[in-house]
Order: sequence, then structure tokens, then C-alpha cells
Amino acid sequence: MANLLEVKQATKRFGAFTALQGVSIQVPKGSIFGLLGPNGAGKTTLIRIINQITLPDEGSVYLDNELLKPQHIKDIGYLPEERGLYKSMKVGEQALYLAQLKGLSKKEAKERLKYWFDKFEITHWWDKKIQELSKGMAQKVQFIVTVLHRPKLLIFDEPFSGFDPINANVIKDEILQLRDEGATVIFSTHRMESVEELCDHIALINKSRKILEGKVSDVKREFKSNTFEVGLLTNNTNGLYDTLNDKFDVVPADFRTIDEQLKLKITLDQNTSSNQLLAYLSEKAEVVRFNEVIPSINEIFIKTITENE
Amino acid sequence: MSNLKLIIKREFIARVRNKTFVVMTFLSPLIFVGMIALITWLATLNNDEVRQVAFFDETGNFVSDFTDSDNIDYIDYSSLTLDKAKDSVVTKKLYGLLYIPKKQSNRALAESIQFYADEAPNISILNNIEDIIASKLTNQNFEEKGLDLNVIENSKAKVSIQIENFSGEKTSKMANYIKMFFGGAAGYFLMMFIIIYGNMVMRSVIEEKSNRIIEIIISSVKPIQLMMGKILGTSFAGITQFVIWVVLGGVLMIVGSMFFNIDMDHNNMEEAVRLVEETQGGTMANVAELFIEVNKLPLGTLVISFLIYFIGGYFLYSSIYAAIGAAVDSETDSQQFMLPIILPLMLGIYVGFFSVIENPHGTISTVFSMIPLTSPIVMLMRIPFGVPWWEVVISILLLVGSIIFMIWLAGKIYRVGILMYGKKPSYKELFKWLKY
Repeated sequence: MANLLEVKQATKRFGAFTALQGVSIQVPKGSIFGLLGPNGAGKTTLIRIINQITLPDEGSVYLDNELLKPQHIKDIGYLPEERGLYKSMKVGEQALYLAQLKGLSKKEAKERLKYWFDKFEITHWWDKKIQELSKGMAQKVQFIVTVLHRPKLLIFDEPFSGFDPINANVIKDEILQLRDEGATVIFSTHRMESVEELCDHIALINKSRKILEGKVSDVKREFKSNTFEVGLLTNNTNGLYDTLNDKFDVVPADFRTIDEQLKLKITLDQNTSSNQLLAYLSEKAEVVRFNEVIPSINEIFIKTITENE
Repeated sequence: MSNLKLIIKREFIARVRNKTFVVMTFLSPLIFVGMIALITWLATLNNDEVRQVAFFDETGNFVSDFTDSDNIDYIDYSSLTLDKAKDSVVTKKLYGLLYIPKKQSNRALAESIQFYADEAPNISILNNIEDIIASKLTNQNFEEKGLDLNVIENSKAKVSIQIENFSGEKTSKMANYIKMFFGGAAGYFLMMFIIIYGNMVMRSVIEEKSNRIIEIIISSVKPIQLMMGKILGTSFAGITQFVIWVVLGGVLMIVGSMFFNIDMDHNNMEEAVRLVEETQGGTMANVAELFIEVNKLPLGTLVISFLIYFIGGYFLYSSIYAAIGAAVDSETDSQQFMLPIILPLMLGIYVGFFSVIENPHGTISTVFSMIPLTSPIVMLMRIPFGVPWWEVVISILLLVGSIIFMIWLAGKIYRVGILMYGKKPSYKELFKWLKY
């Protein structure tokens, strides 16, 4: 799959402070790319470099195989984490203004705004001032303005903050739809459950360096420890536990069940396959649960960052 | 439409639509006229007060000389004793008592006249009294020496220098005062304009920063574009306001001229004054002369140079204001950076009021009308007195050069500052930003 965006060895220093140190990422076309990292890791600096708000001291950025140029601004839609609107300006005027800054003609901008305002059922806000709207309402307007010019690359920095669950879901569906229509999305957030839900690629940045990047499935494969969660129905709970403990690396597990059962996490060495384990277990007891433990993005995040400390 | 145009348009509309702007545009000329009227009224109020001064003249020579004037009534207490006269002045709450003792010589007399009063007496009243006594004593001295007063009176020469420039236009002292007034007012207005509009630019930068819209905007346009658009858009609002005022002022001038029946043609003006003087009396003639002198001023040049120096000075200062706005998070934080703006402006005003009015073409005035930070104000104050064109050109060139430099400098601070939140930067940090 071709990459829509490639950042090569980007370095940015502010005086003595290094915000980014040789960071490279590759964002495949049509993907939802999660840009993760603790606070102050350098995510925002990287995003600003992609948006040409800041220039990198070293390194280069390619959009669609072209070196990033000022003309590419209209190909990118950016919803910053620190976002706001002019308080005393009317919603419609403001949306028109921001759309025109992205290169849309007034007529075009008006038509597309009408479509989005109808879709979000906010047409009656057109002549209201932003200061009359709630934070969530203003966020909707900001979202519309970000995607209005149909950019190839969308960058969302904490897009769901400020939304109630219902509206967050509306926005999530819109993001997915935009992806399906061909846009590529970079998604920066601390909410790991939405990364889990949306992203197919991730990159992890810590202390100005990239420490992990790849397809979510590949990353998870890399991080899985060959551990299985099993539920066993048996009369002799203690005896079975001891037997298994002698043979495998076993820890008690906790998950919700209807009946009393022996709940365990069993980690296999490389010589043992899951089938062998299952065969062994089925001889000893009735297997009511058997599934591989796949690390969550959250676990991967915490593990990688703490190991990196 | 290019982005710069879009930004200019938005900024202009945002300024002009502001209620304060509309109110100030139409109210401030009224306030200005009202203030002048108030000051004039207060001044006449002060002059109208008639003071009652009693005198006790032991010599008896001066009684006929103290005749009532516009603001002094003289009362003769010479028939009483001095103590009774004093008591009487106190009980009747008169302004004061003038005591002229009897002395051997005029010289001794001149040094022993006294004025009793509870509060410190008005200088002009004392001058008035001193003049009366001095001229009386002088005349007596002349007579003692056997000189004929009539001869002396007839030999006195009165000189009134006629001021005329080389193109043959006659001016008067009145004209000089008017030039001072117009120069001073123009300089002062310019300072006010720069401060008001510079502050608008700063507030608008801070607003974008504290609204957090800034990052959305600069992901579409370059920071320098946004800064320039803001400065330009706000300047157009300033020019709009100024043009409205000039038009209003022009209408007032025309109405005033029609009221005093003044022909706008300068040659007929002296005639016109005489006409008004004959038909409407002294005060009206003064007002009419004022109108004529104002008409004689190079009003066109003044308005154009005001615009040029306003735009120049405004660009210079508003780019500093923009940089300050970008550096801070709120208006309160901006105070610490105001000194570099207020100081040169105040310097310009002081040089203008103390040096230009005294000596419009002296070294100090000339130098300060060249230094870019003060030149808009000082040069504007000099222009009514006539400045060689090449001096104006040099001062404008210097101004333009420093505007370019200042915008470049401010742009660098602005670019970094708009994305910095939290701590108040120091001058040292601002300097560091220049290198980011």
C-alpha cells in the first residue's frame, strides 16, 4: 500500500530543548493512523511540522510523494487540540471565512456548508454568535470546517474531547465515513479505547523519539506473550491447579462467569502450541473458555513507555 | 480571493462593526467640540467676575486714575482712617485694600504701596494696579523735570510687524498661534490614534490566542500573513474613522464660513474681516479672522501628511503591539512591555510641545522629526510652519525603512509567541525567539 505521508528523520530544536529527534513515520493511504505518546513527547510538534506551522531543523516531509510545499495546505485538514473560534463572529460567517482561507470559493463553501449543517441539523445556528453556543456545539462547527475542503489528509488532535458520548459517536462515524471515501486520517489521542476501535496503524513517540510504529495487528502480534485465558470445570480445583502449575507457567485469572470454575492464565513456552495445551486440558477437565490473551494498545503503551524510561 | 485580502476584510469588518468604534466615530467629534465649548465657557465665567477693590490714598493724587474697568470696581475709602478702612473691607468682604501712603519722593512712594488681602491676590489685578500707579508716577517725574507730556506722548512710536511670506501671503501672530494649535493638535491626535489602534491590533492578537483559534488559522495561512492582514485591516478602519471626521470637520468649516459670510478666496479676506467687524462687532470679527486663518493653512497638506505619518507611525508601532500581543496571554500581562511604546510617543509629544513650538526648525526639532519612532509626531507638528520637502522625504524614507525592519522583527516574535501559552516571557526570552 502506498504511503500518503512520509516524515523522514525530522528533528526540531527550540533553543537547548529538543522537541523531536530524528522521527520518521509512514502513513499509508486510506489508513487511520494513531499517533500516540505521553504529554510533552513531541506529538504536537510533529503535527505542526506536517501542517507547515513549524519548519523542521532537519529532515523532510513528503505528501503523496511530493516534498511538502505551501500549496499542500489545502490538502490537509487539521483540528488542533487547542481549538476555538472567534467568539463575537457569527457561525455562518466564520465557517465561510475559514473555508475560504483553505482555498474554497465563497459559492462552493456555502453549498458544502449547507450540506454539513443540514447533516448535523444545525442550520438554525447560522446567524448565531459562537459565544451563544455550548462547547460541544462549537466543536461541531470546528469539525465541519476541518473536513469541508475535502482534504486528502485529516489530522485530528483529541477530536472527542468536549463531546458527549452521543456526539462523540456521531463524529466517530463521520471520521470512518471520510476514511471510506478515501481520506487518510492521523489521529492523536490519549483515549486508548478509541485508538483500539479506530486505528489500523500506530506510532508511539516518547521523549522526542519514535519508539514504536506499525500496523496494529503486527504490533499486537509482536507484543503477545503466548498466554491463554482458560476456564475449567472440575471437582478438584486445588489439585488441578497444582498439577497445571507444575507443568506450565500459571497465574490465577479473573473474568466473569456464570458457574464456579478454575480461572487461569497460562503462558506457553515456544515449544508448546495452543492445540497441545488444549488437548492436555481437555483430558483433565471440561474446557469452558479458551482464548488467547491479546495485549491491548493501552497495555502496549504503558509497557513500552515504562521500559523506555 | 487571496488569503491576505480575506484576513484584511475580516479584520476591517470586525473593527468597524464593533459598537465602541461606531459610538466613538460619531461621538468623539461632539465630545471634542463640547470640551472646547466648556473650556471657553469656563474661561469667560472666570473673566466675568467683577472684583471690588477699595483704596486708601493718603496722597489724594490717584483718586481720578482708578476708574472702574471690566473686572475691577474701585471704591474710595480715603476719607476713613486706615484701620476703619481695613475693617470695612473685611466686613463687606471686598477683594482687598490698596494703601498708598504719603511719602517725600515718588521713589520712596513707589516702594511703600501695600495691598491688603486675605487670599493671595490675582496677578493680573495687581499688574493692572501697578500699571496705573507707575504711569501716573512716571508722568509726574516727567513734569518735575519740566518735560511736556504731550510732546512725549506724540513722540511715542507704535510698532506692529507685518509678517508676510515670500509668496506674498500676509500672516499675523494669530496665524502663528493657529499653526501651533493645528500642529499640536495633529501631533496629539496622531499619538492617540497610534495608541488606540495599536491597542486594537494587540487586543485582536490576544483574542485569537486566548480563543485558541490561532492554530486553526495558521494551519491555513502563514503567521506573517495573519499579522499583516490584521495590521492592514485595522489601519483601514482607522482611515475610515479619520475620513469620516475630516468630512464632518469639512462640513462644519463650510457651514461656519457661510455663517460668517467668508469668501474662500484669500485675497478678499481682509475685506471680509472689515465687513464683519463693521456689521457684527469685535468678538464676531475675531471669530471670523480665526476662520480665515484656518482657511489659509495648508489644510490639504496637513490632512495628507497626517494620513502618511499616521499610516507610517501606525505600522511601526502596531507591529510592536502585535509582537507584544503574541508574547503574552492576557492584556494585563502586556503592561510590562508597554514602556518601549509609550516612552518614544511621550518623548515625541514633549519635544513637540516644548521644542517645535519654540523653534520649529531648530536642531532638536529637526533631529526628532527624523528619528522614526518620534518623527510622525514631531514632523507633523512642524509641517504647519513649513518644512523643506527634502526633509519630509528623508524622514518618510527613514520611517519606511524602520517599518520594514520592525515588521520583520515583530513577525519573528509573533510566529513563536502565538503558539506559546502559560508563562510570561521576559525580554531575554523574546530575544531567543528571534533565533528559533
